[in-house]
Amino acid sequence: MTNVIVNVALKQEILDPQGRAIVGALGRLGLSGVADVRQGKQFVLNIDGEIDSAKLAQIHEIASTLLSNPVIEDFTVEVQG
Amino acid sequence: MSIDTVANASSSPKTSQPFAELGLKKDEYRSIREILGRRPTSSELAMYSVMWSEHCSYKSSKVHLRQFGTKVPANDSMLVGIGENAGVVDIGQGWAVTFKVESHNHPSYVEPYQGAATGIGGIVRDIISMGARPVAVMDPLRFGDPENPDTRRVLTGIVSGIGGYGNCLGLPNIGGEIVFDSSYQGNPLVNALCVGTMKHEDIHLAKATGLGYAVILYGARTGGDGIGGVSVLASETFDADGPAKRPSVQVGDPFMEKLLIECTLEVLHAGLVEGIQDLGGAGISCATSELASNGEGGMHVWLDRVLLRDSTLSPEEILMSESQERMCAVVEPSKIDAFMAVCKKWDVEAVVIGEVNNSGRLTVEWHGEEIVNVPPRSVAHDGPVYERPYARPDWMDVRQASGPENLVRPKSAAEVKQTWLTMTGTPNLASKSWVTSQFDRYVMGNTVLAQPEDSGMIRVDEKTGLGVAVSTDCNARFAALDPYKGAQLALAESYRNVAVTGAKPLAVTNCLNFGSPEDPAVMWQFEQAVTGLADACLVMGTPVTGGNVSFYNQTGEVAIHPTPVIGVLGVIQDVDRRTPMAWKLDGELVYVLGTTRDEFAGSEWAHAIHKHLGGLPPVLNLQSEMTLAEILVAGSRDGFFAAAHDVSEGGIAQTIAEMAMCSGVGVRLEVPTDLDAFTFLWSESAARAIVVVPQDRNDEFLALCESKAFPVTKIGSVDSLSSCVELAGVFGETIILDIEELRTISEETLPRLFG
Amino acid sequence: MSPRVGVITFPGSLDDKDAVRAVRLAGGESVSLWHAEADLHSVDAVVLPGGFSYGDYLRCGAIAKFAPVMEKLVDAANGGLPVLGICNGFQVLTESHLLPGALTRNDHLHFICRDQKLRIENNSSMWTADFEIGQEILIPLKNGEGGYVADEKTLDQLEGEGLVIARYLELNPNGSRRDIAGITNARGNVVGIMPHPEHAVENLTGPTTDGLGFFTSLLTSLVNNGKVSA
Repeated sequence: MTNVIVNVALKQEILDPQGRAIVGALGRLGLSGVADVRQGKQFVLNIDGEIDSAKLAQIHEIASTLLSNPVIEDFTVEVQG
Repeated sequence: MSIDTVANASSSPKTSQPFAELGLKKDEYRSIREILGRRPTSSELAMYSVMWSEHCSYKSSKVHLRQFGTKVPANDSMLVGIGENAGVVDIGQGWAVTFKVESHNHPSYVEPYQGAATGIGGIVRDIISMGARPVAVMDPLRFGDPENPDTRRVLTGIVSGIGGYGNCLGLPNIGGEIVFDSSYQGNPLVNALCVGTMKHEDIHLAKATGLGYAVILYGARTGGDGIGGVSVLASETFDADGPAKRPSVQVGDPFMEKLLIECTLEVLHAGLVEGIQDLGGAGISCATSELASNGEGGMHVWLDRVLLRDSTLSPEEILMSESQERMCAVVEPSKIDAFMAVCKKWDVEAVVIGEVNNSGRLTVEWHGEEIVNVPPRSVAHDGPVYERPYARPDWMDVRQASGPENLVRPKSAAEVKQTWLTMTGTPNLASKSWVTSQFDRYVMGNTVLAQPEDSGMIRVDEKTGLGVAVSTDCNARFAALDPYKGAQLALAESYRNVAVTGAKPLAVTNCLNFGSPEDPAVMWQFEQAVTGLADACLVMGTPVTGGNVSFYNQTGEVAIHPTPVIGVLGVIQDVDRRTPMAWKLDGELVYVLGTTRDEFAGSEWAHAIHKHLGGLPPVLNLQSEMTLAEILVAGSRDGFFAAAHDVSEGGIAQTIAEMAMCSGVGVRLEVPTDLDAFTFLWSESAARAIVVVPQDRNDEFLALCESKAFPVTKIGSVDSLSSCVELAGVFGETIILDIEELRTISEETLPRLFG
Repeated sequence: MSPRVGVITFPGSLDDKDAVRAVRLAGGESVSLWHAEADLHSVDAVVLPGGFSYGDYLRCGAIAKFAPVMEKLVDAANGGLPVLGICNGFQVLTESHLLPGALTRNDHLHFICRDQKLRIENNSSMWTADFEIGQEILIPLKNGEGGYVADEKTLDQLEGEGLVIARYLELNPNGSRRDIAGITNARGNVVGIMPHPEHAVENLTGPTTDGLGFFTSLLTSLVNNGKVSA
């Protein structure tokens, strides 16, 4: 079993109202100097067997069609271990 | 890990068991041993501990609640009475309506979002298990001091939770209440009401009849949610350190609940189900013992067949789990395949976990070993019944003697105007639209009236216009001054709110929120409130169809105000004829129906301006309330009223302000000669409403009032060219309030506090 | 012969029955379409209704776009079939790339339900033909993820080609770029709108009956295109 981590984040130019709300909260909790917070998503895919290049390509395809919306989001794929 | 089987329990009577940690008292544990003739297995102990908790067994309240069953007024509209999941009322044309209100108070203090969300989930499942399609929800909510930071934590979480869950289910939120009082600081009240509709032939009851019938568990998988939630959370008070009981809170999935609704209605309409029960407090323990008790009397369960989210759960935990979005159905063997096919269509998992028999026992096996063998009634119905001591506390004398007579009143026209502006912006009277605009009111397309109108009104039949109206009310300050009268005044207010929109009140549900039943003063409040409600329902002809009791709403020694929330449901033959709140046309005449007296004890004015609570609540006259309702319903039906609104918290001042803000159009009024302006504006006398009558219906309206010998006073008329409320006769002057100024004041309070 | 308008139900769709009512009141015949069936049953048009398909999990409309019925729908839409996506339906259309842009979380982070004033800015789409340009209407809005976004180039193109069919007036309720409440594709057959016209079809239950225009426009357009007889 291998874990594949897909991290999805809003593109920089997209307004992130949740991130902005968190900046406010951090300030109220006394953490100073926080310039920005961006809130994203992490998908942990627990997959049977080894991840060869074909499987990796498939995961990339799924990351760009299902797990993220390329109009507003970017993603990265990381194979653990 | 070895399983504690029945055989094991029989042969090891001296084994020490953690009954106290599970919330059972010593005598209750002894009782279980007597019933079984041996010590309980750990699974049986788990079952009894949740089912005999206060929240599930009603052990402290049963002796008093019996009155709802004995003092039943004669009526021909009850199809299903008290005792089932929810009451069912006949509204005519072959339609029936079921409604019920429940509480989810303690979980909402610990985890506000999920507590409120799962509260909605639970009450909705109660409604579908009666065979009805849920059509609306309402939320009576009570919070602590609005300026206290913890109130913000609790309120924003609860409002998000209600919206997050209710909006996703597709149920319009049509009303409720938001009340602030420091009495609720550590104990917010989150009551949730749901209304469902069905045809008479669709009514289903929770019973397991049919030897050999399958018991099917369907919906979400079972996990470790809320284990012991009912016994640990709802049956003990919090200690003063606050919300530490985190792990026991249930987490809701509204999407799964939506699928459950559609799947359940489809199997019900296809005639595939014999009996049905939702899994709420005490989960599988509750569903199986209740179904078994109500049917042939016996059931066998294979617990290892339950689909799990967490494979490490022990049988005890599975029995106690309060994972949400699960239901139990009893299905005839030849219909199992069809049942499963419907579940598959909706992507809902289902598994046969048991079988109905007539053994008179509920038996549960785990991988071939018997771990539970109990008489089901002993678990579900014949739990302990307590006759808790109750006594009127001495401090009631002091409280009732310290009336508001000496509180400083406004002494000039300018002071009256300022008071009116200030009162309009106080949190209890301010506009709640910042909250209610976070809820969908439109879905299903049958919402005819919703907050801030007096009742929530739903069209039931699109062809004929038949509809129902519901209101929930409670003035807990009145109940604190006199619990018997307070409960009756709450019923009167809810009854009035339904009638003022044009619907005839038919039935009652209630959510009784009180402190610890181990405190004789609280128990006295409870006994008084229940008796008052039962007596009033008898007089008013509206039976109690069911409800909910929430005890232990207190932090340390301080209990909340006794808060008996009363929900009244009424029927309207044609929703087109409903009476809304906003006046429209120039020259329409404005009347006060009813009598205004100098009554300020427990009033919003005394609370907001002077932080005073003392004296006796306003005089209650049930006959007057009923006559008023007759006029309001008849007038609505015959088209006498352009608008109407009841008078309650904040008195006539608030009623007029709300009507003016709703309509946007001005009005010219005059204080009646037999009253001073202050009493006219802020007294909270009962049995009153403001009605607005078109000039061409005036004679008929007055004749109706005269025929019923009901007091009516003209106070002015609508002025469509004005954008102000004008009131003459205030210390010899006329005061003028700009409606948009009132609106700004009213609408800025909640966003300022919680936005 | 009334035009047949399909209304798709996904698991979690909520306003499908309201869309059915609106079609009926406008004079059409509604046909319920099930998400798992790859068949449009030869309908003359399709409505993707509001709601929380798949609980809005992952992203609104993201899972619905892979439903069997959607493959057929995308093909038909590309071939000219009129499609109206309301709220969650609009989200499904952008996820399916039948319309540009995306819908994101409301900028104030709250779900909002209010009667919203809109200005109609395009009446050449099949779903807005009965309106006048500049006509102001009042229909309910209810969403938590209604903020329309697209990059500047796309937004300029939408404006330049007159593809914005409705814009928010008086108050922008969700942070949508350029106050955009609804758009159409270039051909005018696929329209997405965030507010809910199907909730403004009866005076009894809605703030106005302004929403009916979207559904009567469809019937008008079908007749004009010779798809159905008048």
